[in-house]
Amino acid sequence: MLQIFQLYVFVLAGFVGFIVIQRVPPLLHTPLMSATNAISGISLVGAIVAAGGQYGTVSTILGFVAVVCATTNVVAGFLITDRMLAMFKGQKPATAKAAAEKAAAEKAAQAGAGK
Amino acid sequence: MSELTSRDLIIQATYFVASILFILGLRSLTKPTQARLGMQQAAFGMLFAVIGTLLNAHILSYQWIMIGLIVGTIIGYPMAMKVAMTSMPQFVAFSHAFGAIAATIVGVVEYRHMHTIDAMGNMPGMSRGVAAAIGFEVLFGALTVTGSFMAFGKLQELITGRPITFRGQNAFNITLIAAAFVSLGVLIYNPDTTWAFYTLVSLGLFLGVSMVLPIGGGDMPVVISLLNSYAGLAASATGFAIGNNVLIIAGALEGAGGFILSLIMSKAMNRSFANIVFGAFGSAPAASTKAGGPTKEAKTITAEDAATQLAYAGSVVIIPGYGMAVAQAQHTCRELHELIQKKGGKVTYAIHPVAGRMPGHLNVILSEAGIDYGALLTDVDDANRVLASADVAVIVGANDIVNPDAEEDKSSPLYGMPIFRPWTAKTVFVVKRGKGTGFSGVENPLFTKDNALMIYGDAKGVLGNLVKEIKALDEGH
Repeated sequence: MLQIFQLYVFVLAGFVGFIVIQRVPPLLHTPLMSATNAISGISLVGAIVAAGGQYGTVSTILGFVAVVCATTNVVAGFLITDRMLAMFKGQKPATAKAAAEKAAAEKAAQAGAGK
Repeated sequence: MSELTSRDLIIQATYFVASILFILGLRSLTKPTQARLGMQQAAFGMLFAVIGTLLNAHILSYQWIMIGLIVGTIIGYPMAMKVAMTSMPQFVAFSHAFGAIAATIVGVVEYRHMHTIDAMGNMPGMSRGVAAAIGFEVLFGALTVTGSFMAFGKLQELITGRPITFRGQNAFNITLIAAAFVSLGVLIYNPDTTWAFYTLVSLGLFLGVSMVLPIGGGDMPVVISLLNSYAGLAASATGFAIGNNVLIIAGALEGAGGFILSLIMSKAMNRSFANIVFGAFGSAPAASTKAGGPTKEAKTITAEDAATQLAYAGSVVIIPGYGMAVAQAQHTCRELHELIQKKGGKVTYAIHPVAGRMPGHLNVILSEAGIDYGALLTDVDDANRVLASADVAVIVGANDIVNPDAEEDKSSPLYGMPIFRPWTAKTVFVVKRGKGTGFSGVENPLFTKDNALMIYGDAKGVLGNLVKEIKALDEGH
């Protein structure tokens, strides 16, 4: 019975996702992908239970690895999404100069970090 | 369902809030100005869910959880802050792999746990429904892990970007898929069949490799979208296996997102969706070398002459491709953009859905350089309307998306693909590395059109020269 309910949740969430995501403009397709990726890092929740459940040494080690991977996925996913969306936010012609300066500064910082 | 304790209620409440914030976060992505806030709220949703989970009564030891959370943050934070926008596809592939590793491991741990004899001499075992869920979880999870690493390797050029094929590849893949379904069937029929479970994990790992191997670099947007979808399905299946709704919802959202992007990409490449789902797109059509026929020589133009035309153009449309990303030419492109603007010209960008190595890739790269997203035309028809009245179209590192064969030559593998029509502008400049063909290996008759002029060289270098020449024009007069 429980699994029938789960199936409801899955199908309905899938529909909601389909309807919502279909309206995302192509401009934001890359952030969309990193955003959904970050959100599905919610496997972290399962990993936490696996790592802390004391199901034996092997399970704890595996659970630990899962927590590390899922946390990396979540942290990196949300941060990179934020970094990208910051570039799209509130860029108006009036601030184009400021944005250009910021980009130049970032470029310089990146060149510095890269080499 | 057993009685809910107040602790369970709190946990479920955090999951509920998280689910709502996730959906609202994705909805915010429909408007660029609201997107950032919406996704920050979604991140808080994730935080709630994690805190809620820590209250779970099954957790007996927090030591490894905490260390894991800290290590994961230490790895994830610098990765996300340092990665260049041009490397976004690799980054996303890597991130998919990590999420999928977690999902797969959770499946393995859960399966082991249910098949361990406890102190009382009992084995919990699992129902067929749970076995099916866990089977799907490890199959999709394992497939996404190796598939994403392969994609990462190809994008990072650790492995050749060209398709790797061998004889009987399709038969081999079909055998693998069939074997996976048989194992899944056995596992569902008798959930205690340990060998079937581990066979499923291994087959998933093999499938990921064998499905991505035959795919070339130009098809990466489809592969990444598809892996996105698979990663979501793996997370959803995890939710079914451990009875957690927020996992089911989050996974379904990603599954849907990846599915939609795959559809959009396949449409933009004029490939059927079935073709993509079964990975057959790996066996790319052989380059149609049109035999015979006098090939016209493409005309070239010097940077100096091109600069003069650009400086006095009223409307310029730039069509960027992956070549711009490879050459890191986006910042130079912005300089050129600003110079033309200062001279009174209007600059817009025509961005094809499959330009770059992942959906929306070029938009991110140009925005990184500080180009206002209002100047980015992401609709092929809109862009073609603007092109028709443009003075100059500048193609930077793009090839197949401007190939007129897609409209004119029925025998071309590109035929039917929606493309830009730069030749409808008064003049076309093509900035190109060399005389080679595009990823599809198809000749591009655009280059020999009467109003097309080639500027050979690295995108960054050529754009830099144009900037220099336009500046020189000012000084000269």
